[in-house]
Amino acid sequence: MSSSDFVRRLPSSGRSLRVERSWVRRMHIDVPLLILLLLLTVYGMVVLYSASESSRDVLLRQGIYFVIAYLMMFVTAQFDLRFFERVAPWLYCGGILLLVLVLFYGTGAKGAQRWLSVPGMPRFQPAEIMKLLVPMTVAWFLARRVFPPRFKYVLAAAVLLLLPAGLIAVQPDLGTSLLIAASGILVLFFAGLPWVYTAVALGLATLSFYPAWLFLLHDYQKQRILTLLNPESDKLGAGWNIIQSKTAIGSGGWQGKGWLQGTQSHLDFLPESQTDFIIAVLAEEFGLLGVLLLMMLYMAIIARCVVICLNAQHSYGRLLAGSITVTFFVYIFVNMGMVSGLLPVVGVPLPLVSQGGTALVTLMAGFGVLMAISTEEKKITGH
Amino acid sequence: MLIALLVMALLASLLVYRYFNLQIMQYENYRVQSDRNRVHLQSIGPTRGLIFDRNGVLLADNRPSYTLTVVKERVGDIDAGLALLQELLQVEAAEIEKLRQVLGAGRPFEQIPLKFRLSPEDIAILAVNRYRMPGFEVKAELARYYPQGEYFAHAVGYVGRINEAELKALDVLDYAGTHVIGKTGIERYYEDLLHGTVGYENVETNARGRVLRVLDRTDPLPGRDLILNIDARIQQVAHDALQGERGSVVALDPRDGAVIAFVSTPGFDPNLFVGGISGKDYRMLNESPDLPLYNRATMGQYPPGSTIKPIVGLAGLEYGVVTPSTVISDPGYYRLPNDRRNYRDWKRGGHGGRIDIHIALEQSCDVYYYDLAYKLGVDQIHEFGDLFGLGKRSGIDLPVERPGLLPSREWKRANRNEPWYPGETLNIGIGQGYMLTTPLQLAVSTAAIANRGRVLQPRILKSVSGEVPGQPLATQFEIKNPVNWDIIAGAMEAVVHGARGTAKGISRDLQYRIAGKTGTAQVIGIAQDEEYDSELIDKRNRDHALFIAYAPAENPQIAIAVIVENGEHGSSTAAPIARTVMDAYLLDIFPPPPEPEKEAEPETETAATSSGALEATARAQEAALVE
Repeated sequence: MSSSDFVRRLPSSGRSLRVERSWVRRMHIDVPLLILLLLLTVYGMVVLYSASESSRDVLLRQGIYFVIAYLMMFVTAQFDLRFFERVAPWLYCGGILLLVLVLFYGTGAKGAQRWLSVPGMPRFQPAEIMKLLVPMTVAWFLARRVFPPRFKYVLAAAVLLLLPAGLIAVQPDLGTSLLIAASGILVLFFAGLPWVYTAVALGLATLSFYPAWLFLLHDYQKQRILTLLNPESDKLGAGWNIIQSKTAIGSGGWQGKGWLQGTQSHLDFLPESQTDFIIAVLAEEFGLLGVLLLMMLYMAIIARCVVICLNAQHSYGRLLAGSITVTFFVYIFVNMGMVSGLLPVVGVPLPLVSQGGTALVTLMAGFGVLMAISTEEKKITGH
Repeated sequence: MLIALLVMALLASLLVYRYFNLQIMQYENYRVQSDRNRVHLQSIGPTRGLIFDRNGVLLADNRPSYTLTVVKERVGDIDAGLALLQELLQVEAAEIEKLRQVLGAGRPFEQIPLKFRLSPEDIAILAVNRYRMPGFEVKAELARYYPQGEYFAHAVGYVGRINEAELKALDVLDYAGTHVIGKTGIERYYEDLLHGTVGYENVETNARGRVLRVLDRTDPLPGRDLILNIDARIQQVAHDALQGERGSVVALDPRDGAVIAFVSTPGFDPNLFVGGISGKDYRMLNESPDLPLYNRATMGQYPPGSTIKPIVGLAGLEYGVVTPSTVISDPGYYRLPNDRRNYRDWKRGGHGGRIDIHIALEQSCDVYYYDLAYKLGVDQIHEFGDLFGLGKRSGIDLPVERPGLLPSREWKRANRNEPWYPGETLNIGIGQGYMLTTPLQLAVSTAAIANRGRVLQPRILKSVSGEVPGQPLATQFEIKNPVNWDIIAGAMEAVVHGARGTAKGISRDLQYRIAGKTGTAQVIGIAQDEEYDSELIDKRNRDHALFIAYAPAENPQIAIAVIVENGEHGSSTAAPIARTVMDAYLLDIFPPPPEPEKEAEPETETAATSSGALEATARAQEAALVE
């Protein structure tokens, strides 16, 4: 890579018109997106404070993660989009290597190896990093082809996304694996993949479910799906989590029981209340109004991202922005769907609200990419 | 991208609808479920009423005690939990098996007690291992304690864990939160008064069942305190006077039927039963040949022997079969017409040539009573004995009582399908043969003699929380010639105070007058040509010693019946016990506590140490509570 990639040229025209905005522009910050993200961060911290039994430690740690994540976003936003395009395949290869390392040296709990500890660094989940790298790489691959991509390229892209998805699935972490596959497929979709392909892919996926059930899925995974279908079958066992989370949500009503007043969460009935099931805490304490507020913030962020995507000048930028945006939504949908009993329980945190470091940093890096795309528009119009 | 936006908006709407559905449409359902999750209705067992003697001496107390309880629904694996318990507290395997049955019978989400009276060590072990034992909890509660130990084992009785049969019979709601119930004695008879009324509280619990706070509470109503007629001091004197022999002493106040002492020996430590008796202890008590669990005072049916003679004598006068001046000659035996069989007098050679009813009673002349009984016939003896409460339950306030047996022709026909033989009547005349009485019946009939025909229903309970419960039942019967009472009473006084009275041995230094009657009841039949020789007879087959009495003779305040199993002679074994009790009651003269060398000693000693140890544990636990 050449050094010119790291150097951003100043916009050549209109510099006299928008002096003040240009300061933000130069920092490559998308103001509406930043404001929405900050609002969501504050809202999330309020909920987390309650979910963690008013633990200042948890709040402080999450605050530090947020600072790191926001820094990550600002740093990412500084890079030229072409730089991402160029380094994507290399980073991808590195990510695959880490995933292979996890299989051999990973640590974790409950029979799954998901974490990697590198001396001198906080331990992290390589799968989380792949959430961003897969769409970047697939976008890199497809952006240099004619749209819609020809069949052989579609197949090649499928290999690119299935390789990490497969590695993550055997950790085993089926939820993350499916989400990463989805983020890659979304790039294909935005690249103009014909509907026929999509339909065929969906059909194949459905058909493959039966053999997967027989041969691939672990018992606990099957149990989760069965539990979804009938949580009452095992009230104190597998169905416990989902019954308790639905009870928490349902008992919130319109206005909720009030901040720090949720009985389900504070009396330990609700499992994983700080991480995957935190939406139940929010729903119990702030009611449907709280859920609607959260949903509005999320949709506003997504709407802003869609605008960025539509304004992107390069096909690479558009593919990447679209994929990141929709993946963000998929996280929201899967998490809120699983906690409310619509979807099987998979380990997906609620973006920007659930406690956790790696996912947050990856997510904010994604928003950094979006900001990079958003602010690049100026440079291109300046040509 | 716009398509994607559209799809996302649709999916977001789906989510919103889902939350709307849960939070608004199904709100009521989930709100109830969340409340049911966190709020539990807990019943609070009432404090059991205390039991005092007539002077306010505590007979049944409630003491703080630590109990290990379990809610089986909250224990993941009950077998593993019990195995851990066995390992931690070194519980016998058989006990664990019993606990498993107890657990099976419990109500859902009930705190079931597993082990009572935990030692401080047990509590420490359980506290350390608490994290391994979800659902198990150490609860501080009150447990019954009997400070008098053995003395009131049969009168007050004891409480024990509610068994399945009792659970079916009682009001389950009323006993929610209570794990013990009166099993015997006063504890059982007045269970309704002692139990109290259950209270409730709504508690907020977390997912592991730990109670976090009490939301609201309805206090339980404690049981009523009972005050008994029994005088604990007299009870102790009577118990100690039996000196560890098998026997019974029942003392009544002839004026109102109040039970002054109610003793059956050997006793046992009722505290053993409170938390569920160990198999070893129970076997020891149940298989002892001395039958310590057997309440001899109401359940023991003995031939009354010569103690029946005052009633038979009165019957003779009443029915006109004899007069005060009727005399017979006693050659030492009696023969029925056309019968070659000799009915022997207890005294070889007889009592002499001119025996009237006074001498016959004073010296307990069997031949006079053979003759009298023969003239009366069994049915008149039955009719008259029935007036004194013989052959039927006295109606004392205790859960079980045997009726004894006052035979008649009709009875024999119905039960044995045999005619009555005249010789059998003779045996009835001296209180042998088919006739059986309980010590309590003897006390009641003695009080009736003292009262000149007023038969009282004996009462152990004096008052309930200060209220006196109604008048005891009493029936008065009249005889044709009241002077006959004086004749019998005079003769009974002569038994103690007469020069040749059978109980004259107890009259030494006596400061009041006693009217009494000795009795010696045969346990095995003696053949015609045999002599009773106690040396040759196994101890268990020796005669029972009996004594009935009331005092002071002119103004009776106490009526007493004493029986010493295989004590041989009413005069030398039973009568002194009666005097000791009467001295204590009437004159406040208390004998020195039993000497350590005496036979009775080891038993009382062990009882004392075990209750002392209990006290020490209870105190240690109280101290732990304070800390």
